Amino acid sequence: MDKGSNEVLLEIMGLHKEYDGITALENINLSIKKGEVVVALGPSGCGKSTLLRCLNGLESIQGGDIKFRNKSLINKDVNWQEIRQHIGMVFQSYDLFPHMTVMENILLGPIKVQKRNKFEVMEQAKQLLDRVGLLERLNSYPRQLSGGQKQRIAIVRALCMNPDIMLFDEVTASLDPEMVREVLEVILGLAKQGMTMVIVTHEMSFAQAVADKIVFIDKGSICEISEPDVFFTNPETERAKHFLNIFQY
Amino acid sequence: MQSLGISVLFKGMNMQRLFDGLLVTAKIAFISIVIGSFLGIVLGVIWTSKSKWIRSVCRIYLEVFRIIPILVWLFIMYFGVTTALNLHVSGEITSIIVFTLWGAAEMGDIVRGALESLPKHQIESGKAIGLSFWGLYRYILIPQAIRRMLPGAINLATRMVKTTSLVVLIGVIDVIKVGQQIIEFSRLEVPTASFWVYGFVFILYFIICYPLSMLAKRLENKWNG
Repeated sequence: MDKGSNEVLLEIMGLHKEYDGITALENINLSIKKGEVVVALGPSGCGKSTLLRCLNGLESIQGGDIKFRNKSLINKDVNWQEIRQHIGMVFQSYDLFPHMTVMENILLGPIKVQKRNKFEVMEQAKQLLDRVGLLERLNSYPRQLSGGQKQRIAIVRALCMNPDIMLFDEVTASLDPEMVREVLEVILGLAKQGMTMVIVTHEMSFAQAVADKIVFIDKGSICEISEPDVFFTNPETERAKHFLNIFQY
Repeated sequence: MQSLGISVLFKGMNMQRLFDGLLVTAKIAFISIVIGSFLGIVLGVIWTSKSKWIRSVCRIYLEVFRIIPILVWLFIMYFGVTTALNLHVSGEITSIIVFTLWGAAEMGDIVRGALESLPKHQIESGKAIGLSFWGLYRYILIPQAIRRMLPGAINLATRMVKTTSLVVLIGVIDVIKVGQQIIEFSRLEVPTASFWVYGFVFILYFIICYPLSMLAKRLENKWNG
């Protein structure tokens, strides 16, 4: 829908992050345009998940700046509760709230945080559930669902806040292989609809299919930013080549 | 002759008096449990603070109530604090204060344990949908913590009910004291009075504590089902 738009939604400039003196991310520069799907790849522990967490204020940063819609997020006055309503995030461990039904999980944010009308949100929730094929599970509890189903619900929960951008942090990493596809298809569907997304994943063919831009991160800094076709066939850097070779037998 | 023994319970106002005594016991226990649980939840939330200082203060508060016997606390409050401050506080109020403070301390520890046992991801997912600090506790953490702490909390409540038997020693006429008076009074007439009266008191305590256990079981089944 909005593909090709030039509006920069999220801009990361010279971001520096460290844990107790150990550098986790160094001089990260990246801009994410509206409608763009950015996939971050890299070896385990390279800092790609940390980067995602910084974008949602779950980690503090020690240098540089992050701008969301041209407003800096590096400021003591930043109201993260407000920002997080616009930046949806889905985690690896599909953390649905176990004491609530699927519907209650989805409604919590829109009703208690955004103070929206319950009836209207329920309609939206039902549409979204239908889209991920789980409409009939709306009264189930998380424990009654499979991992893939839980993760799809977690995506719906984030979507129902009507975010401007979605962050996916290795959302298929703890799923059984046969459930990976059902989750990835949902994300692919979102991409087709023009949702802006930053995705951290280890699923290479998925990355290739969904990404507008691949960001390859190694040892806490960005090594390469390429179009997916270029990255997977002819990466610029040695480190990226080495990384891609690991996935081939 | 046994029928004669049990008749001691129905003589005069005895039954009425035992129930009045039970009411005193139940009142002290009930008020202390309700206020203590509420304060305990607040304490438990504060206890999960990252500040070492706050954590230490909470721990000292708990240990003070664990190390010093409740009976000593009752004496300190009833004889010590009231005379020092020149207050007149009834034994019943003193008991409620001591039991509430004790209940809050133990409950705080239970709540802290339950909160800390929740996966960190729950906090992050809550934050990710924009919940505030209080929203996080109200909708996500406390409801889940309550499920986890229920066995410990019910156990604490029954312990508190049973420990109210100490209030006799600061002059509160509870169900046990009434029982003693009845036994004293009818000992010559009914030599087996203590068996019947204490047996009845046993049943009365059971009547208070058993529903608590049943309630816990029902809630657990409901939440796990």
